[in-house]
This record gives sequence, C-alpha cells and structure tokens, in this order.
Amino acid sequence: MMPDQDTGLSLAIAQIVQRLKGSSFHSQLERQARISLHKPEIKLESLKEDIKEFLKTSGWEKKLQNAVYSELNVFPSPCHPAASPEHMKEPLVYMRKAQGSWEKRILKSLNSMCTELSIPLAQKRPIGGQKELLNKWNEMGTDEPDLSLFRPVYAPKDFLEVLMNLRNPNYENGDQPSFRNHLGLIQVPLKVKDIPELRDYFSELGLNIGQLGIDDSTQVPPELFENEHVRIGQTVLTERDSAAAQQYVRQGCPTALRAELWALILNISNQPEDILYYEQLKSNVIHHDLLVDSLIYKDVKLTASNDDYYFVFEDYLYQVLLCFSRDTSVLEHFSYNSANPPKSYIRGKLGVEEYAVFYPPNGVIPFHGFSMYVAPLCFLYHEPSKLYQIFREMYVRFFFRLHSISSHPSGIVSLCLLFETLLQTHLPQLFYHLREIGAQPLRISFKWMVRAFSGYLATDQLLLLWDRILGYNSLEILAVLAASVFAFRAVNLMEVTSLAAAEAVLADLSTLKVMPLLQIFLFATVT
Amino acid sequence: MEAPAPSPGHGAGRPLASGPEPCTVRSPVVLQVGDPKTDLARPGVAVIDVALPPAQPLDLQEIVFKNSYTAFLTVRVQRRHPCDVRRDSAKKWATCLRNHCLMPSPHTENGSQDYFSLTRQQMLCEVDQVTAVRLILRQPSPIWLHFTLEELQLYPRGQKSPQRDFPSWLAHLAPQRLPANLQGGIPDPEKVSAEVQQLWVLTEMIHANQTAARIGRFDVDGCYDINLLSYT
Repeated sequence: MMPDQDTGLSLAIAQIVQRLKGSSFHSQLERQARISLHKPEIKLESLKEDIKEFLKTSGWEKKLQNAVYSELNVFPSPCHPAASPEHMKEPLVYMRKAQGSWEKRILKSLNSMCTELSIPLAQKRPIGGQKELLNKWNEMGTDEPDLSLFRPVYAPKDFLEVLMNLRNPNYENGDQPSFRNHLGLIQVPLKVKDIPELRDYFSELGLNIGQLGIDDSTQVPPELFENEHVRIGQTVLTERDSAAAQQYVRQGCPTALRAELWALILNISNQPEDILYYEQLKSNVIHHDLLVDSLIYKDVKLTASNDDYYFVFEDYLYQVLLCFSRDTSVLEHFSYNSANPPKSYIRGKLGVEEYAVFYPPNGVIPFHGFSMYVAPLCFLYHEPSKLYQIFREMYVRFFFRLHSISSHPSGIVSLCLLFETLLQTHLPQLFYHLREIGAQPLRISFKWMVRAFSGYLATDQLLLLWDRILGYNSLEILAVLAASVFAFRAVNLMEVTSLAAAEAVLADLSTLKVMPLLQIFLFATVT
Repeated sequence: MEAPAPSPGHGAGRPLASGPEPCTVRSPVVLQVGDPKTDLARPGVAVIDVALPPAQPLDLQEIVFKNSYTAFLTVRVQRRHPCDVRRDSAKKWATCLRNHCLMPSPHTENGSQDYFSLTRQQMLCEVDQVTAVRLILRQPSPIWLHFTLEELQLYPRGQKSPQRDFPSWLAHLAPQRLPANLQGGIPDPEKVSAEVQQLWVLTEMIHANQTAARIGRFDVDGCYDINLLSYT
C-alpha cells in the first residue's frame, strides 16, 4: 500500500522508465529521434516539441504506449518502499517457505537422478555431436534416444499433495474438524471472488453480449454478430493498440485474426534482433548438452506426441523448449514469481561466487506436461522465432503461476480454492457426495488447471478459453471453467460411487463447448 | 537475475541526519473480558504503546509498519500544548486515525502481511508536539491466533520515510509548455543556448543511465559444465 497516490504513480512511472531504458525498444526510439533531426520540419528552437510530434505521427508514440501497457500488465505495481524483494515475490511468509521447501525437493530429485545415472547436469557437446544436432534441428522428433531411465521430476499429482498440506501457522488448524476447516483440500484462507464478483469481473461474458464460441455457431446468422466483430477486429489490428486488442479479445478472437491479435496484446513484433536472439539461443542449444533436455524430450514423447491434435508439432516443441531452457531473459520473471531459480557452480569451483550459475540457464525446471503450454500455440505461429517469443511471453505472464506456490489471485493455490468454493456454493450436494465417496473434486480438476486445459479441450475451444485469459490478464477463468464442467456433468456425477468412476465421467472433455458452459455457470444459474 | 533493487537504507546519501525517530515500542497488550486462561473467546483488541523521549516532542510525518493480521487500526496521540509546556495536564490525547482498514476482508489473507504508511495528511488532527502514540489494533475475525504490527517506525516531519527510489527529474515533471511562436523574429540566442545545454544534459544523463543490454550469456568464460545443483 502506497503512502499516497502521487508518490505511488511517480514510483510506477520510475519503475517503467527504468525497465524500458534497458530494452532494445529504447535504443530504437532514440535512433528514430536522432534520424528525425535531419528532417526539415524539425527546428532547433522547438526541438523537443517537434521531435515529440514526429514520434507521434510516425507511429512510435503508439509503440511506446504498447510497451508501457505491456510493462503494466506484466509487472506488479511497486511495493511499499520498506518491503524487501522477497516480499514483492510473495507477501505471505509461510507461502514463501512452502515454495522454498518444494524447490528443495525438486533439487534433490534432480540431483539424485544425476547421481543414479552418472550424468552431469550440463556439459559441452563434442564437436561431432554439435554438427549432428545442427543437421537434424528440424527433425529432432525422429530421434529415438533411450530415455527409459529418465523420469519426470514431478507430476501435477505430487504438486497437489504439497498444496493440500499448505497451512497458515497463524490460523486455527485444530485437529478436530470445526467450522474453520475447509471442506475441500485447500486449507489456506485466501480471498477468492464469489459469484457476484465474478459476474462483475467477467461482465463481457454476459448473456446479452455477443461471444465468439456461441454467437458464431452455424445456427446464428453472421450478420447478427460475427461480421461486425470481425470488422472491429481488423480495425483494432490497423490501429496497433495493445489495450484495445486486449479489450476486444474478451469476446473472442476470429480464427483468422487470432495470431496477430495475441501478438499485439503480448507486444511481440518479431523484429530482426528478436530473430537474431532466437538464433543465438539455438546456438547455445547446439553447444551445451543439458540434462533438462532429456526431461524435455521425455515430456514431449509422453504428452504432446501422444495427443491427436498436437503430435504433428513435435519438432516445433523441441525447438521452442530447448531454446527456452537457455534463455536467461526468463530469469527476470523471478522478481515477481515466488519461485527461485536453482543455483549451481561450474565444475571444480564449488562455493566460488564468481562461478555461481543458474541451472538451467532460464531457471525453470520442466515437469510432466510442461510441453502442453507450447503445443496449442503451434496452431497459430509457424515461424519458430515468433512462436518462441509468444510462448516465452505467455510463460512469464501466466503459466509460471500454475506451478509456483503463491497467494496471487491467478496463482494455482487461489485457483484451487476458487474452484472448490464455487463448487461448494453452487452445488453443495454434489460437492458433499463426491467428498463422501472419496472423490474430492480437486483431485480430478487439478491437472486441468495446471495445464490451463491444454490437452483436455478441443483446440478451437482451448483457444477461445485462452482468448479470455489474455483479455482479462487473469487465470481465474480456469477455475470457473473447471467448476462449470462439474456442474455440467452433475447428474452423472451424483450417481458414481468411487473416484475412478467420477474420473471416468470426466475423462473426455474434448466435446465440451467452453463459452456456453462458462456463461451458464456464471450468469444463468440461480444461486 | 536480481529483483528490482530494494530501497537503500533510510538516509542513504542524505546530508541531514534522517531516519525514524528513536522510540520505545511496548509489546502489545490484549484486552480481554474474563479470565484469559479459561475463557475460550479470542481477544479482538490489542494496544501498542509507543513512548517517545520525554524531552523532545515529535512532529509526526509518517508511521510505517508491517502488518501482521490486524484488520483495523486506530491511532491516538498525546500532544503537548505549545503555549503551556510545563504542566502535565497540558498533555492531551487525541484520536488521529479511527478504524483504518488494513485487511479489507478480515477472514482472509488480503493485507495480512503487507507494509503500510500512514502520513500526516491522512490524520484527523494535527500531529505536532507528540509525546506518546497509542495504537489500537482490532481483529474481529476469530480465525487468527495472533495479531500485531511489526517493524513499527515513526518518521519526524521534514524527513521523508524510506527513500523514494526515482530520479529527481521525475519529482518535478515540467508542465507541458507550448512551443513558442517564432514567426517574425529570430529566437533569443540566450534561450536557444539554454535549451541546447538542457538537451546536452539530457543526452549525458541517458548515457550515464545506460543499463547493460541483455547479452544472454549463462556460461562463465565459455564454460557451463555442471555436475550437481547447490542447496544453498
């Protein structure tokens, strides 16, 4: 909480200016301003104003606006000046501790894998291997290395166990069940939105508002909504305004415009230097052989390669994920992520601070299902460098929250609690029934949310869902959808008598239409 | 990668001695009806007294603290009447903040461990010549075992609380000036020179502030051979 609004604003401005200064955008802007000095309409006596005018008319002002907007979306507003950097990552001490001990478990598991298999975490690839990898860069999927000894570091199931055991030490957690215990699995008292708040928050999804995913079905004449919506979408794209695009996608993206609209919202332009950066990452992959590469291979083979929709993108997934693991710019997101990147030392230099490094270079250890965050994006972007940038931006804005312990409203803990609370208030009988038969609903829905439903929904539906994630800059919609799925299958679920049977009822989500489900759950159910 | 730099310690780089006023913060006293041992009801009110050095009354600028599960805060100050310094009866208590909300929803975590600043502008009365401060903490929700305030600091007037970490030019953003109408006369050379100088300063500043561009290196001297992860 800031002392007063003005200071808060100045701090926010200073923070954004500071960050933009280090960016390539800043140098581009500076170069443009310098070039403009040669123009006759720029006069010395009104230099400042003339340059401002030039930047405005040449479209650079809009780009600056988009850059600022992107910063505002990604970075949290500055904390109280007395707060520590840890506090900015996560304000609740017990959450930070829980995240810390979870990380330690992951490190131990990775270390023991190294020891068991006697493989180092990282080593230089021999020249022969480098050439070989370079040659088959575009067909890495054809490679069938023996990965039987590798196992995913953890799966969503293991992570759920950790979240279930999360407790606030200052909270009355008596052994005896009392009114203070939650009936669900999550026991921490975070604030989550109730139905009226959700209705207000997701007001653009209301019954009276046109939606792609509903009002573009074949029965509805396109003159009623779709044509006009597409036209507006094209205008938004010509205007190149991130904020407008974000507002627009709340009602869904037309398929033909989605790739460009998402790129605009995420402020990704795929400039020559971005392509260069991607090439640099690629050469880093060629030069260094990492243990996490095998984990990535294994994960793609276990998940995306087995998926009817995504198996064709196998090669893309390797390229993107291997480059991602080498990308040190991802480390920046740890300033607002409760997680910390694993540390190590160059061989033979244990404990020498100058030789301390992060491992993997991006600080993110992939887990079972990680590649599913990339897979749906392959439908939209065919150029690897652009696909890569979109994924990286999606990760540092959203996906990291799905596997770190934090109190953020979009964090996985809040999503779980939101899901359980919604189900309990909406369908108390169903919740009670499932709980009694030992089929806690979260045990089924957790994996959906951790993967942002990727691999569970049909792709067109998934993209409609992710439209709303981008539009609202929030993951809360995932919990609402998970609850809506239970509501939709409530009749069948009331008849099951075991966890396995409940899982069977909810095994196939590929026929569901997400927008009608969300709309009915949020707006057409009497509570 | 480092998180954005934490603010430097108070008073860093400031010529004047600044920082929080030395004071004694007593431990919180809970108010409870009945026997605290046998009574199951949890107290909902606690009081923290802050004693200031008796010799020098404080002109209060700001109170900074880290919350620990307090939902509402009332602040009372004891002030010395300026025209009547000698008599104790001249010291009067006044409420300068009444039930200020720290946790908007007391049953949940929002605001429970956040940092807060209360400035004199927020106060209901003058907070000059303060000789003692009393903080009255309320927590209506029974689900929390304890509630208090931590890292409590009082800042005297004329001193800013911890560092505002932004360039000074931001503090006085110039109001937008209209470009001078220059038709019919060459501009004043003095003015042009001043503006060019300003521009030069600006470029120098930009150069000085250049942050290291991302180079994306993760190896140390070309080497990234690693055996195991470090636990520390």
